[in-house]
Amino acid sequence: MDNLIKKAKELLENNLVQVVIGYEKGNTQKSRPVFIFKAENADKLIYDESCHYNLASYITRQEMRHTGKMAVVANIHALKAMLVLANEHQFIEGNVIALAVDGSSDVTELKTFSEIEEYIASHPVELKEKEKVLLEKIKALSKEERWEFWQNELARCFKCYACRAACPMCYCHQCTVDCNKPQWITVAPHQLGNYEWQMMRAMHLAGRCVDCGACAEACPLDIPINMLTYYLSESIESNFGFKTGTSATKLYVLSDYKLEDKENFIR
Amino acid sequence: MKKENIYLPYLMRIVSVREEAPEVRTYRLQFENEEEGNQFEFQAGQFGEYSVAGQGESTFCIASSPTRKGYIECTFRKTGRVTAALADLEAGSFIGFRGPYGNIFPIEEWNGKNLLFIAGGIALPPMRCVIWNCLDLREKFKDFTILYGARTVNDLVYKHELKEWEERTDVNLVTTVDPGGQTEDWKGEIGFVPTILDKMAPKAENTIAIVCGPPIMIKYTFPILEKYGFKDENIFTTLENRMKCGFGKCGRCNVGKVFVCKDGPVFTLAQLKELPAEY
Amino acid sequence: MKLLKKEALPKLFEKINSADKVIYAPVENHGQLVYRRVSAYDEVKKDYIQTVQSAKYVVFPKIEKLLDYQNSKDGTSLSEAVIDELPEIVLFGVRPCDAAGFDVLKAVFTWDFNDKFYIERAKKLTIIGLSCSKCDNECFCTSVGLNPGSTKGSDILLTKNNEGDYLAEIVTDKGQAMVSLCTDLFSDHKDDNKENYLTKVPVKFEKDAAIEKSTKSFENEQIWFDQAMRCLGCGACTYVCPTCSCFDIQDEGTSAKGIRYRCWDSCGLSQFTIHTSGHNPREEQSQRWRQRILHKYSYQPERLQVLGCVGCGRCSRSCPVDMNIAEHVETIAEIEL
Repeated sequence: MDNLIKKAKELLENNLVQVVIGYEKGNTQKSRPVFIFKAENADKLIYDESCHYNLASYITRQEMRHTGKMAVVANIHALKAMLVLANEHQFIEGNVIALAVDGSSDVTELKTFSEIEEYIASHPVELKEKEKVLLEKIKALSKEERWEFWQNELARCFKCYACRAACPMCYCHQCTVDCNKPQWITVAPHQLGNYEWQMMRAMHLAGRCVDCGACAEACPLDIPINMLTYYLSESIESNFGFKTGTSATKLYVLSDYKLEDKENFIR
Repeated sequence: MKKENIYLPYLMRIVSVREEAPEVRTYRLQFENEEEGNQFEFQAGQFGEYSVAGQGESTFCIASSPTRKGYIECTFRKTGRVTAALADLEAGSFIGFRGPYGNIFPIEEWNGKNLLFIAGGIALPPMRCVIWNCLDLREKFKDFTILYGARTVNDLVYKHELKEWEERTDVNLVTTVDPGGQTEDWKGEIGFVPTILDKMAPKAENTIAIVCGPPIMIKYTFPILEKYGFKDENIFTTLENRMKCGFGKCGRCNVGKVFVCKDGPVFTLAQLKELPAEY
Repeated sequence: MKLLKKEALPKLFEKINSADKVIYAPVENHGQLVYRRVSAYDEVKKDYIQTVQSAKYVVFPKIEKLLDYQNSKDGTSLSEAVIDELPEIVLFGVRPCDAAGFDVLKAVFTWDFNDKFYIERAKKLTIIGLSCSKCDNECFCTSVGLNPGSTKGSDILLTKNNEGDYLAEIVTDKGQAMVSLCTDLFSDHKDDNKENYLTKVPVKFEKDAAIEKSTKSFENEQIWFDQAMRCLGCGACTYVCPTCSCFDIQDEGTSAKGIRYRCWDSCGLSQFTIHTSGHNPREEQSQRWRQRILHKYSYQPERLQVLGCVGCGRCSRSCPVDMNIAEHVETIAEIEL
């Protein structure tokens, strides 16, 4: 932690960044996001096992767009998210410095896209055990059982959009659900309406989701919506060999093709 | 008369359609249920929620005067989803109407005073209601001046009524278009509304000013009125906020401690200055 | 003061059921505590501090049909949604903070215009409250003029004593009507000080200071900016809150037929106040956060004579980024003016 605080102060005092986004001690929760604009406040920064909120979601925040350069305390998922954002031209290389933390006291400063790519390549990450178990359980269900599982889960949703707000990949200024000409997705939070929302969101995340689980953690009703996007991540990888969040420059899998691609779906 | 179910609209039939300007229409509406129509009352300044079943509701003022019975009118510009659906309808179609909501222009307090109406563009509709209301009670007021401007000649709404007002000897009508908006045979003024107002050098004494217009026009009009000594309590305007329910429950139009749908949409400049700038 | 012995509770439930009333109580559902319909007392969660969602949906559902419409070449018909056949509901185990929350909803839904949907549901609702013997760090009812044994909003308030029996205060006529269904279950009891069985909830801020300072802090942009920086702008706090009542009205269906409904909405969402022209009076999250606090702590007290917050702490517990409302209001209450 001391290294992190030192690094943050250094960056702020030398005007290399205008804000450091990290974690501080929480009130209800053990830790929570914090925005450090002045070096003297950098002492608030902490990093421990309770710090897993994906801070990359703040990179595209409206207020941050006017702020200037930023440094983000980034775990592996945040780094992957940054690469997806980079791929989608959401920030200019060098304007967001990642302060990679790996649970030890080391802080690695990553400034360029290739530095982030290398770090990610050398720090493989898997789904948490609990998540793996649930994903396998759902995959093992029959189609009817799976339908019933999601019927029950999605009936509870009340469309607070915490999942959307916490997701680093959901940064559209006007979300599809906010569009009313035409009304692509109904506003209603009934079961069908919730289905439309969650399915649409999952599809918009296919090939973009970095498996951070922020959506499910943010959900006040504990609906395991991350299972939908994790499943799509798996599908994308197995169908196209594409690993999300590993490259800042490789074209997005669903809008790119190779000549060798199978075409057996064309009948 | 308040409906028992405040969310259930009156069923209204469009009896006539008038194209006012590009994308701007006026509908004359009659209550399908005659008894409801006979019992319906409203006062100048109030608004309603007009709906196309299946598309949603939209908020406009009631643009006709309460002194004219048997119908109400609304004028709207095709801008969003509901107004686009409304614009697709013809005479004989049905729409829903919930209302009347909001507060009123305190016309009785204006007895014996000069009236100065200042409007811009599509903001003449909320004023038209109170203008006709006052014209129908013309003897109660002294000087009656209307200053109305739009971007171009084509954008002026209620063109035939402007002609009527122009021809009246007891009304001083000044119309203007933005520089470049005039046609060859344009005989009115050329200039932005605040500029023309300044040229008119209005007298503040015993005068009530009513101002409705796009934010930019309002911004430059208030200082002109202040320059000529108009007091804030004697300047009236209307606010438009995003609204849904119309009766202070859905929370959308809450600005400071005020609910625009209940405490407005009519405000004096004095009241407006006390509101936070969240409108 | 009456006494309801612990053995009597299952019988109370049976009596209520046989009177054709439906009981909603806290149960575990998908790993969370929520209010759900129950038939028997043994389904009810016994030892807990607070549910995740409030019970406001019994009078203000997350989605509610307002009317049906039909369009044909012969015309349009609009028919109001029928709500005459709603069941009588008994809400059991509501905390004093939540019971007081229903008063805030009442103030909104009966303000000048009577909302028939709310009124019909509220008429058929009886609230059996349960006072608090435990609290956690998020509870702050004592800072907003309530306490863990408050009877405000309850028709009957139960307080568990050391023997596991319940002191029962019959607060309203509705409560009395409930007792009349089963007078044999309620015995007279000597006046017992229920304070003995209540938890102590530390006061975090002074209510009047909170109201006064928040009213005067509108222009203090720095404080709203600082507080709202991490706020995600979702609706989680709004939807779990027992007093939040903002809603949207939408149509759904084909051009031939469909419904108009209302559903929950939140002032924290960025598009809440947007005009068709694209102008948004509250473009920044700091403005939307300010609206949440001031609506509850300034505008509602002034216009409706109710404080819009009951100190239940749900918003703080559910917020993904730990926006702790008591912490924020405490900061505001301590501002030097």
